[in-house]
Amino acid sequence: MDDAQLNAIIDAVVKEMIAAQAVAPARPAEPVAASSPAPAPQPAAPATPPGGLAIDLPDPALPEHRYQPRVQRAKNPDALPALIAATTARVGVGRAGPRYRTASLLLFQADHAITQDALYRDVDPKMLDDLGLFTVQTNIKSGTSPSGGKQEYLLRPDLGRQISDDGKKTILEKCVPSPNIQLVVGDGLSAAAVEANVREMFPVILNGAKSAGLTVGTPFFIKYCRVGVLNDIGHLLKPDVVILLIGERPGLGRAESLSAYMAYRPKPGDTDADRDVVCNIFNNGGTNPLEGAAFTIQLAQKMIKHQASGVRLKLATK
Amino acid sequence: MLLRTKLHGKTYEFPDLRLLMGKANEEKSGDRLAGVAADTTAERAAAKFVLAEVPLWALRQNPAAPYESDEITRVIQDAVNETIYNEIKDWTVGQFREWLLADTTSGEMIRRLSSGLTAEIIAAVAKLMSNLDLIYGASKIRVSTHCNNTIGLPGTLSSRNQPNHPTDSPEGIRASIYEGLSYGSGDSVIGINPVDDSYSSVARLLEMTYDIIKTWAIPTQNCVLSHVTTQMKCLQNGVPVGLVFQSLAGSQKGNESFGISVGMIDEANALAKKYCFPSGPNFMYFETGQGSELSADAHHGWDQLVMEARCYGFAKRYSPYQVNTVVGFIGPEYLYDARQIQRAGLEDHFMGKLTGIPMGCDACYTNHARADQNAIENLAVMLTAAGCNYFMGLPLGDDSMLSYQATSYHDAPALRQLFKLRPAPEFEKWMEDLGLMKNGVLTGIAGDPTFFLRR
Ligand code: B12
Repeated sequence: MDDAQLNAIIDAVVKEMIAAQAVAPARPAEPVAASSPAPAPQPAAPATPPGGLAIDLPDPALPEHRYQPRVQRAKNPDALPALIAATTARVGVGRAGPRYRTASLLLFQADHAITQDALYRDVDPKMLDDLGLFTVQTNIKSGTSPSGGKQEYLLRPDLGRQISDDGKKTILEKCVPSPNIQLVVGDGLSAAAVEANVREMFPVILNGAKSAGLTVGTPFFIKYCRVGVLNDIGHLLKPDVVILLIGERPGLGRAESLSAYMAYRPKPGDTDADRDVVCNIFNNGGTNPLEGAAFTIQLAQKMIKHQASGVRLKLATK
Repeated sequence: MLLRTKLHGKTYEFPDLRLLMGKANEEKSGDRLAGVAADTTAERAAAKFVLAEVPLWALRQNPAAPYESDEITRVIQDAVNETIYNEIKDWTVGQFREWLLADTTSGEMIRRLSSGLTAEIIAAVAKLMSNLDLIYGASKIRVSTHCNNTIGLPGTLSSRNQPNHPTDSPEGIRASIYEGLSYGSGDSVIGINPVDDSYSSVARLLEMTYDIIKTWAIPTQNCVLSHVTTQMKCLQNGVPVGLVFQSLAGSQKGNESFGISVGMIDEANALAKKYCFPSGPNFMYFETGQGSELSADAHHGWDQLVMEARCYGFAKRYSPYQVNTVVGFIGPEYLYDARQIQRAGLEDHFMGKLTGIPMGCDACYTNHARADQNAIENLAVMLTAAGCNYFMGLPLGDDSMLSYQATSYHDAPALRQLFKLRPAPEFEKWMEDLGLMKNGVLTGIAGDPTFFLRR
C-alpha cells in the first residue's frame, strides 16, 4: 500500500462517517420560532400532585437541549442552528442583559463538574493489553496524593519527563533498537483521550509506516507521562522518529482530545522547539483519529527526508 | 552580601538575592517546583522585610541571567535611561513602593521613571505590594497604542475576539466571530489560535478575517497566533496581516525553546512595519505567562515573577500594540488554585504597566487547576478596576480548542456597563452606527450572530 492508497482509504472512511452523521444529525435541525423565547427544558408533563410542586427535568446535557438556540429576537432565526452546528464553541446562546441566560450558565457549571473526573482516572488496562503494550512508569511515584500518583503528576512535570530506572531497563530488554519509527502511548492529562482514539490510530500508523517502507519499533505505554519523555526514548532506543500519542488536558465537558507529539532523533537537552505536534485529535468535531494517524506518518516521512523536526524542519521546508 | 533579619525573635538569613526574591513571593506552586519558595509564612514575611531594604542598584547589578550570555538581559539593560536610573538607584524597594502609591506621584511621573527600571526592580516592588496595592498602583498608569484603532485610553475597556475552532474550520470560526462582534468583542483584535501552523492554513484564516473586517468596515485588526516564522512568510507573500504575534519568554534559553530569538523578532517587527495593512505605528502582539521559563528549564534558578517581568522588558523593545499574560493557562504546577491565579494576574498587569507596555490579561484557568469561572470573573472585576487594557472574549468563556476557560463575549459588556467604560472609540462608533450599542449599553439587537450573516 502506498501513500496515495492510504489516503484513499482514510478518505473513504471519513466520508462514510460524515455521511452517517448527515443521516442521523446529532444536533437539532428544528429552528425555534423568531419571537418565542428559547424554551427552557420542559418538564415531561408531570402529573402534579394536587397543590404540590413537581419538578422532573429531562437531562439538559442531551444534544437536543444543549444545542438549543437561545437568542431571543434573532434577526435570522432560521440560520441559528447552522451557526451553532458549525462549531464546538458555545455560540447562539443569547443573553440576559449583558449576562448569560440561566440554562447556559448552569450547563457550563455542570460540564465543569464532569470534566474534572477525567484527570484522576487511569487508562483502561484492558485496552493496553489488547494492543499488546507493556507499561513503564516515569519518576512519578505510584500511590495517592500528595506524595505520589496523579497529584504528584500534576505538580511535578519535571518527574513526568523522566522514565524511571526500572522502566529504562524494561524498555531496553523488550524493544527493538534503532527503528525508523518508535510508537509510544502516554496517559498525559487525559485517560479518556487515550481510550477514545488510540485503538483507531494504531493500525493506520502501523500500516502506513509499512507501506512507506519504514520500520516500526516495539510500542509501549508510559504512565504519568509528559511530552519531554521524548528525549529519554530517543536516548534509549535511537529511533529516527518518535511518535508519542498523549492525552491533552481536558476541555470543558470534553476529555477525548489527543495529541501526537513527534521529534526527529530526540536526545537529552532537546526542547519543544525541536518537536512537532498534531493536536486536537478526536471524533465529532476535531481531527478524526484516522486522519490524525495519517498525518503523523506524513510528518514522519518529512522529518526523515529533511533529517529535522520542530523549528529546524520549518526552516528546512520554508 | 549579607541579607538577614530577626523576626519575632527568630533569625532569618538569605544567601543571595536570587533566593531572597524567591522567598519574598506570595505563594506559588511554580516557585516551590523551582525550589525557591519560602518554607513558612514567617520566612516569607522575613524575606519581604529584607527585600524592602535592598537598594535598586543591587537589583540592577544582579540580573537573573548574566549579561554576557543572555540576550534578554542585554535588551533590558541596554534600554535603561541612565539619567533616570541615576536619580533613583539609591532608593530602597520599600521607598520605591511608597513613591509609586503616593498621591503626589502621577501616571506621567511613573511612565517617565519606567525607562530607568530593569525587570528585577519591577518584580521586586511587585513582591512588596498587596493585591489592592497592585490594583491601585496599576490604575495610575495608562498605556495607549494605535493600530487601526486606539486601545488603552482612560474610560475604555477592550476585548479580543477569540473564535478558536478545533479544526480551524472557517465556517466555525466565522460563527464565533459573528457572535463576538454582536456583543462588542473585537476592538482589540480578531485573533485566532490556529490548530494547523502551516503557511497555507494560517494564510487562509488571515484572508478570511480580513474579508470580514473589510466587508463590515470594522475598525480593528486581525491576527493568527501561529509561530512568528509562519506569519513572517505571510507578510512576505502579501497576505493581509493586522498584528504579528509571538509568545515570549524571559530568558534567551526560554525563547530558544519557543524557537525564537531577539534577532528573529527584530526581523518580524521590521516586516510588520513594512507590510501590515493597518496604519500603525504599533503592530506587535505578545503573550506571556508565569511558568513558561521553568517549564523549559530556562529560569536560571529564579522565581517565576522575575522571569515574567523580563518578558515585559523584551516586549517593550517593539512598542507593541498589546501584550497580555495568559495567567493560569499552563496549569496547577505553576499556579495551583484560584487564589494564586488571581494574585499572578494582578502582579502581571501591574508589572506590565510599570514597564510601560499596553497590558491586557487573559484571565483564565485550566480544568486541572483548582479554580472555576467565578474565580476568573472576580479577577476580571479586579483588573478592570486596575485599568486593564483588554480581556479575551470567548464564546461563553470556553475555548474548545485550547481546552481552557477564560472571560467571555458577555464579560466585556458586563464590565463596561458596570464600570461605565466604553469600547475603543472608533469601535464604539462603529457599533453605534450599526445600532448594536447606544450610550455604552448593548441595544436590543445586540448579542445575535445572525446579524452579520448578510452584506
Ligand atoms: C499548554 C500549552 C502550551 C504551554 C506549554 C507549557 C507547559 N508546560 O505546558 C505554552 C504556553 C508554553 C505553549 C507555548 C506554545 N504553544 Co502551545 N499549547 C498548549 C496546549 C493548550 C495544551 C498542551 C497539552 O495539553 N499538552 C499535553 C501535556 C500532557 O503535555 P506536557 O508535557 O504537560 O506539556 C508540553 C506540551 O504541552 C508542549 N507544547 C505546548 N505547546 C506546544 C507547541 C508545539 C509546537 C510543541 C512542539 C510542543 C508544545 O510543551 C509542554 C512542555 O514540554 C495546546 C493545545 C492542545 N489542545 O493541545 C497548545 C498547542 C500545542 N500549542 C501550540 C503552539 C502553536 C504554541 C506556540 C508555538 C505558540 C507561539 N506562537 O509561540 C508556543 C511555543 C511552543 C514551543 N515550541 O515551545 C499549538 C500547536 C499547533 C501546531 N500544530 O503546531 C497548540 C495546539 C495550540 C494552538 N493551536 O495554538 N503551549
